Amino acid sequence: MKILVCITNVPDTTAKIAFIDNDTKLNKAGVQYIIGPYDDYALARAVELKEQHGGSITVLNVGEADGEQQIRKALAIGADDAIRVNCEPSDSYFVAAQIAHCAKEGSYDLILMGRESIDFNSGVVHGLVGEMLNIPSFSPVMKLDIDGNTAKFAREIEGGKEYLEASLPLVLGCQEPIAEWKIPNMRGIMTARTKPLNVVEPVAVPEAATLEKYTLPAPKGAVKMIAADDVESLIALLKSEAKVL
Amino acid sequence: MIATQNRASIKGGEFLIKETEASQVFIPEEFTEEQQMIAQSCRDFLMAEVWPRLDEIDQAKSPALMSSLMDKAGALGLLGTAVPEEYGGFGMNFNTSMLVAEATGAGNSFSVALSAHTGIGTLPILYYGNDDLKSRYLSKLASGEWKAAYCLTEPDSGSDANSAKTKAALTEDGKHYVINGQKMWITNGGFADLFIVFAKIENDKNLTAFIVEKTFGGITMNEPEKKMGIKGSDTRQVFFNDCQVPVENMLSERGNGFKIAVNVLNIGRIKLAAATLGGAKQVAEQAVKYANERKQFGTAIANFGAIKHKLAEMAIKIYASESASYRAGQNIDDLIEDHKEQGMTDAAAKLKALEQFAIECAMMKVHASEVLDYVADEGVQVYGGMGFSADAPMDRAYRDARINRLFEGTNEINRLLTVDMLLKRAMKGELDIMGPALAVGKEIMSIPDFNMDGSDELFAAEKIVIKNLKKAALMIAGAGVQKFMMKLSEEQEILMNVADIAIEVYVAESVLLRVEKLIGVRGEAACALQKDMALCYLHEAVDKANSAGRTAITSFAEGDELRVMLMGLKRFTKIEPMNTKNARRRIADAMIEENKFVF
Repeated sequence: MKILVCITNVPDTTAKIAFIDNDTKLNKAGVQYIIGPYDDYALARAVELKEQHGGSITVLNVGEADGEQQIRKALAIGADDAIRVNCEPSDSYFVAAQIAHCAKEGSYDLILMGRESIDFNSGVVHGLVGEMLNIPSFSPVMKLDIDGNTAKFAREIEGGKEYLEASLPLVLGCQEPIAEWKIPNMRGIMTARTKPLNVVEPVAVPEAATLEKYTLPAPKGAVKMIAADDVESLIALLKSEAKVL
Repeated sequence: MIATQNRASIKGGEFLIKETEASQVFIPEEFTEEQQMIAQSCRDFLMAEVWPRLDEIDQAKSPALMSSLMDKAGALGLLGTAVPEEYGGFGMNFNTSMLVAEATGAGNSFSVALSAHTGIGTLPILYYGNDDLKSRYLSKLASGEWKAAYCLTEPDSGSDANSAKTKAALTEDGKHYVINGQKMWITNGGFADLFIVFAKIENDKNLTAFIVEKTFGGITMNEPEKKMGIKGSDTRQVFFNDCQVPVENMLSERGNGFKIAVNVLNIGRIKLAAATLGGAKQVAEQAVKYANERKQFGTAIANFGAIKHKLAEMAIKIYASESASYRAGQNIDDLIEDHKEQGMTDAAAKLKALEQFAIECAMMKVHASEVLDYVADEGVQVYGGMGFSADAPMDRAYRDARINRLFEGTNEINRLLTVDMLLKRAMKGELDIMGPALAVGKEIMSIPDFNMDGSDELFAAEKIVIKNLKKAALMIAGAGVQKFMMKLSEEQEILMNVADIAIEVYVAESVLLRVEKLIGVRGEAACALQKDMALCYLHEAVDKANSAGRTAITSFAEGDELRVMLMGLKRFTKIEPMNTKNARRRIADAMIEENKFVF
């Protein structure tokens, strides 16, 4: 089984976010980067599936050279080789087009990624890739087993779970508890440097939108405590301050 | 890697009489991406497996929990970093194994179990075992299939290890040694499969070491000791009653045990320094976070100068100790490589190199363990009342820190060893200490050189300060040797003072060299805080050297000699004043802003 795992290179969850160049760029100075946490779950499950069924794992990142540290970590965790599409990703459509292009060339049985990245959180790349390749896509997948040419998986839906089966190939957006994050072991780390990391140039994609600027959410205000039996004050505040009634 | 090739070789202890250039030291910023990934795996392991169970580990209801954590660490490869690949390990170099010790050092009791297994449990076999013993045992230890313990200490033999009473007697058929005796403070005792046991054969002067499998029989043990800290570390009294050990399980030769114990401790000491750094960074980070969270008088306590001072002091001491530890680690690595190039086996090269830097190993053990104690103590203070609560992390941090000044040789023993080794090497002509000491003796009788500024080069003035601190150490050691001759060893108080000055010189020089090298790579603007830390450390080191020097000099000098030496000390501990309060505020503010330990 050939598995493609797409990983994002994103700021650590505790990173302080600030913008530069008239609020058009993230200030990367001092920001720690990590593999997107949802992508990390996808990778962990891919490693388990490979252990069970054999095959190979290719890890793919659409991004600049500074993301190679995360790619090498993915190789240390258990991927066999890697592709980096050398570009600054502009939007979800662009990223999905790059993934679809690489996926066509590699003809993978399973394309796994996180349900969403944790920087732009669009959560649509898996769907777009599925459409571009004309194969089914599902998200958010929280359980996944492979039986021959069939994937059996569970998906979170409003108020419950649904259990599905579908034929490979598939695109799946993953989330916990599909697997537990894997810590790279010493052997994996030491062999990572011997695994191929292929850098390819991006394919041209028509620009769907242009960025104007970013803004940060307003800082959280102080919490007002209202006694549980004082409903009148609560309603008054919801009307006058929160302006939601 | 910010390459530093062709490092000139330096001898252990030579720092005291030789200037080192910044290009010649290794700095932690030079660790490669791969080494950093290894360290991150260690930290991730603590986060996933150890920190959520700290209470359970400390309750120590059964040795099974610690044993299972060791299994998991073994599966990740954390137990085999220093073991060569041919024996199932990963053959990483010495400084990488130091980094692993640091990264796993914040695991409280677990860290103790891990370092006992990988250090004193495994290394005697690695360094002194023949091929048969190595192939029988090392891969089992590197994978964690077997756990190891080290049995040296006895009820009446601690620091004086060679006075141990445990006996090993050859059986009539000459096939076994029968071991009888009692060992104390045996870490991992409750679940170890293998024991490195030190015993005396007949009336030998020196100990002999044996590899004892638990299944050999005749091994019993008490319940775990009740301890002040590291409560989860399974520490037992172990009894050997007619324990039959095949003769081929003797490690090295008869009578070589004391040497094995001493040399393995050299490694243990500097690795302990690395491990305590990991613990100290964890405490400093927790203290920063708490200071940001805790509000009093309408503001976060991190905004108060008194708290900033504490946070900055933690960072300065940790950064300085780290600079010196990895500097020494690299010196050891370089010498190992040199020895190997000259045809020595891996094991022999490592032993020789560690023996050469035994002085630095002892000094860093003292310094880093005292930094951890300081940081843990101030950590409690930053937490205020909550620092005294067993529900907050400082309670465990404070109790667990304390053991580090005791094991691997008490800090007093290590201070004595530092000076003892320096003087012995001087006597043997290996280190030319007496020449420079005599020169300093003459210098204090002459007109002082008032040029303190040096050139415009970075740290030119500070380097003169370091040079002078070395002179202070040489002046006092030289005068002590002249005064007491062979009886100097009875003047332990003076030896402690000299050791303190030597340690401060080594660490202050190391942090200055680190920052100088870093500035060369990143530029001065990007290293402003590191420069603050180096300078603050240097100022404190000068004060400490002055205080220790005064205590030493007044204890043996009188009249004119006393006056001349005190004048000399004053001259050698002179430093341009700086506003360290503002520097500390800048250091603390950087951590407060990022809400973590950022250095």
